[in-house]
Amino acid sequence: MENLRIIHTETIRETVKQLFCDANYFLTEDMRQAICQAEASETSDLGRKILGDMQDNLRIAGEQLIPICQDTGMAVVFLEIGQDVHISSGDLTEAVNQGVREAYTEGYLRKSVVSDPLLRTNTNDNTPAVIHMKIVPGTQITIHAAPKGFGSENMSRLFMLKPADGLEGVKKAILSTALNAGPNACPPFVIGVGIGGDFEKAAILSKFALAREAGSHSDKPHIARLETELLESINRSGIGPAGLGGRNTALAVHIETYPTHIAGLPVAVNMCCHVCRHRTAVI
Amino acid sequence: MQYTLNTPLTKDKLRNLKAGDYVCLSGTIYSARDAAHLRMHQALAESEALPIPLSDAAIYYMGPTPARDSHPLGSAGPTTSSRMDKYTPELLDLGVSAVIGKGRRADYITDSLVKNHGVYFAAVGGAGALLSQCITESNVIAYEDLGTEAVRQLTVKDFPMVVIIDSSGNNLYDEVYSKIPPELLE
Repeated sequence: MENLRIIHTETIRETVKQLFCDANYFLTEDMRQAICQAEASETSDLGRKILGDMQDNLRIAGEQLIPICQDTGMAVVFLEIGQDVHISSGDLTEAVNQGVREAYTEGYLRKSVVSDPLLRTNTNDNTPAVIHMKIVPGTQITIHAAPKGFGSENMSRLFMLKPADGLEGVKKAILSTALNAGPNACPPFVIGVGIGGDFEKAAILSKFALAREAGSHSDKPHIARLETELLESINRSGIGPAGLGGRNTALAVHIETYPTHIAGLPVAVNMCCHVCRHRTAVI
Repeated sequence: MQYTLNTPLTKDKLRNLKAGDYVCLSGTIYSARDAAHLRMHQALAESEALPIPLSDAAIYYMGPTPARDSHPLGSAGPTTSSRMDKYTPELLDLGVSAVIGKGRRADYITDSLVKNHGVYFAAVGGAGALLSQCITESNVIAYEDLGTEAVRQLTVKDFPMVVIIDSSGNNLYDEVYSKIPPELLE
């Protein structure tokens, strides 16, 4: 057994806990920069005031350890597990959930999960998390923590387009989702898009796209061009910060793609607000 | 225009507010969101008393994070108002004069606000830490078992809000949407 690396569930639990606490109190630098640049470029007086308030909010959150937003979200976790890793001393899923449980109980975060979508009894510890796992080459585990608030989540949409709908159909799907979201998804938005795959693959791609560095582009030129065009179109709407008018309706559009069926063109649009929280650690 | 107002938000205080006005509010407001609205709706159906004195009351759609140390409550920004649309007209009919949240609402909410001379305000979504600084006291007064969704009586000082729908039915979001270039909507 060459190259086998043992990682204890304890380490995973502790890392998950830390990531969810950090994510809820401190935005990553790319997001802070994006909001700061939005304020500098905003032409609406009210829009500039709102963006100033949003930055004051970030400062107060960090200084006083009050969560940036009261919707500390459902815990979404992406795990990339090296295939030469052996996970020992316990159940991996339970370790992730325990990390979330501890973050949300000890970290003064909100318990926003109900155990059944129809019966709706709060689980009182913000578990279970939504966990996506992928096996990759190597001996590491990468953990992406992405607490997701539901103001924006509720404005997300999935379209099973026809291939004949083409690029224009794709643009229309993304643009209409963003314009329909408006103030409900607390603009300026970060928009994650998944194009291709099948029904659920497109959706997972769109969620993963949100965790990219704000404003980063696809390495496929035709997709990077689409990201730029859509950002420009959405900002031309004038919906603005908090939907009160202005030129900063979206901070970034990130698109991930995957091969798809000859009869299909799935497009998933995952809306995120300006409090786009993602933290990554490599074990 | 900018205004400083104190509760109770009586109809004469709200009459002159226009969509787009900036208001700093001080006094007593009540927080309630999805689960509490459902319970209040059920209580009304059973002719039971409600936990909030409704006359000229302001309801804030909000569920906070837990309080740390000596803070009255944790992060306390608005939740999306449209989820409470179904339960709002009956509360406005019974005397609630102001509702505070964020996001667009159904047209029938405008009709109900105009009928009852009420106002819909928005607080900045996502600014939970900033807004919590404007809440000096927080007490759970009903439905404690709902945790973050319990009804709370809040004392606010200079709580910043924007008038979205005024008592004449003008709607700031509609105004913003009317200016979207038509080619983006095709």
